[in-house]
Amino acid sequence: MNKRNDIAIEIKASLSYKEAFMLIFKRDLTIAFRHKDDILNPLLFFIIVITLFPLGIGPESNTLAKIAPGIIWVAALLSTLLSLDRLFKSDYLDGSLEQMLLSPHPLFIIVLGKVIAHWCLTGLPIIFIAPLLGLLLHLEENSYSALMLTLLIGTPILSFLGAIGVALTVGIKKGGVLLSLLVLPLYIPVLIFATSAIDTAAMNLPYSGQLAIIGALLIGSITLSPFAVSAALKVSTN
Amino acid sequence: MWKWLHPYANPEVSYHFAGRLIPWFSKLTFILLFIGIVWALLFVPADYQQGNSFRIFYLHVPAAILSMSIYVAMAIAALSSLVWQIKLADASAAAMAPVGAVFTAIALITGAAWGRPTWGTWWIWDARLTSELILLFLYLGVIALHNAFEDKTLSGKAAGILALVGVVNIPIIKYSVEWWNTLHQGSTVSKLGAPSMASSMYWPFLVCFIGFICFVTWIICLRFRNEILARNAMRAWVRDLVNNTEVK
Amino acid sequence: MQFSTFADFIAMGGHGFYVWLSYGVSITLLVLLVFLSIKKNKDIIHQIQRRQQREAKFKQAAQRQKDNFSQEVTHESTS
Repeated sequence: MNKRNDIAIEIKASLSYKEAFMLIFKRDLTIAFRHKDDILNPLLFFIIVITLFPLGIGPESNTLAKIAPGIIWVAALLSTLLSLDRLFKSDYLDGSLEQMLLSPHPLFIIVLGKVIAHWCLTGLPIIFIAPLLGLLLHLEENSYSALMLTLLIGTPILSFLGAIGVALTVGIKKGGVLLSLLVLPLYIPVLIFATSAIDTAAMNLPYSGQLAIIGALLIGSITLSPFAVSAALKVSTN
Repeated sequence: MWKWLHPYANPEVSYHFAGRLIPWFSKLTFILLFIGIVWALLFVPADYQQGNSFRIFYLHVPAAILSMSIYVAMAIAALSSLVWQIKLADASAAAMAPVGAVFTAIALITGAAWGRPTWGTWWIWDARLTSELILLFLYLGVIALHNAFEDKTLSGKAAGILALVGVVNIPIIKYSVEWWNTLHQGSTVSKLGAPSMASSMYWPFLVCFIGFICFVTWIICLRFRNEILARNAMRAWVRDLVNNTEVK
Repeated sequence: MQFSTFADFIAMGGHGFYVWLSYGVSITLLVLLVFLSIKKNKDIIHQIQRRQQREAKFKQAAQRQKDNFSQEVTHESTS
């Protein structure tokens, strides 16, 4: 916990929204880079889960190619879920979360900064490593761009929706199972449209419709979920 | 209106009000559901395409409509509890969640049993069925949150936030048959004035539907009273009430 | 009446299994819900009663302790 104290948040009332956002964003990134395993473990989990499927199902490339989009996306959901705990838990335990709630800045900005930092630490690595895993699963060649695009638009939604669940369960001692119960149903639409876009791309058909829906989900979750997260944090810290 | 509503913000008044409703609605439920189910099973003519499996309609459709209506009611109660800090709204939201979950489960199970003879499959992953399944998960999440905290007020607020987030799902269920091409048929009874079905089939549906509404009201009153008791256990009126009742 | 015999009624024109399955499951679930809701009422009342009894016991114990203590004090002062 000592490592955390020297990056104490000193948000002055005079900070603009942008400065406050950047401060929170940089703080979370700094903390995460000091605990590198927090970034690496969900990523390793992602890779291991995906390698389990060919072992369990059998190495026929046709079967694998058919289920590859689903496997990659489900693994991405699960590894995001695994990493969500970090979002508020340590801040809640050492009391800095309460300080943020008390600060004069709108909670919306703070939550936005934390969630986007979370995405940079979990969503981005997944996007970088996904094409490699696509190779392992014999993904159709036409699908790669669709895979990258859906992950790029889709993973932020996972972080934003997940933040609601974590904010609700942060005060509960054994909130892990409950968290997955709350968050996974909310993830289903993203999963459906993302895999459908990748499948459509594999058949060389336009998939802009599915992308547009995922984009709409992204815009909706960016604008609305910070409000829900702020309300939930106020309830949880009480 | 506020003046008229005001006394019902008092837990004691609401407790006794709900208590007065219970015998009426329980009787109505038994009468209407008995008539409706006997009518549906024995007297409704078999559908010319689906045959006798059509009789499942009289359970499936009311349960599906109510599963969504209860969710909306729960979300409104949750919103008013979060915005205006009305404790009773919170208690009513907590009372509705299990009832809604049961009705969602009934809609899914009867739907599966109806789909087997008509579509040839118990389950397909189409938009209507999937979104109804998500609704069941949302209900279960809300119930889990209601039980997650020691403090009832706190858990009520947390569950309320989740309920409000989940409202997004309701229009998806409602319009899924229009937005996507699915195996699930469009709604047959949405327009009250001009139902697209024969009146010999429509009237028993109405009886069943109103019967189910009475059932829901009855159970919600029962559970609402339980929630009020649990939340006000330290109040003098609850103590008096409890001391005057015998429990075997 | 749509069915001439009772066997016809059970068979439902070959769809008997599905119709009776859905009616059976639904009615079971509804009855279960009623039963649990009523049982919960009794549980809560029972719980509150028990808590009150416990509190009364605590109060008595505290009173007794206080009495004993004051008795001891008076003993000491007299002896």
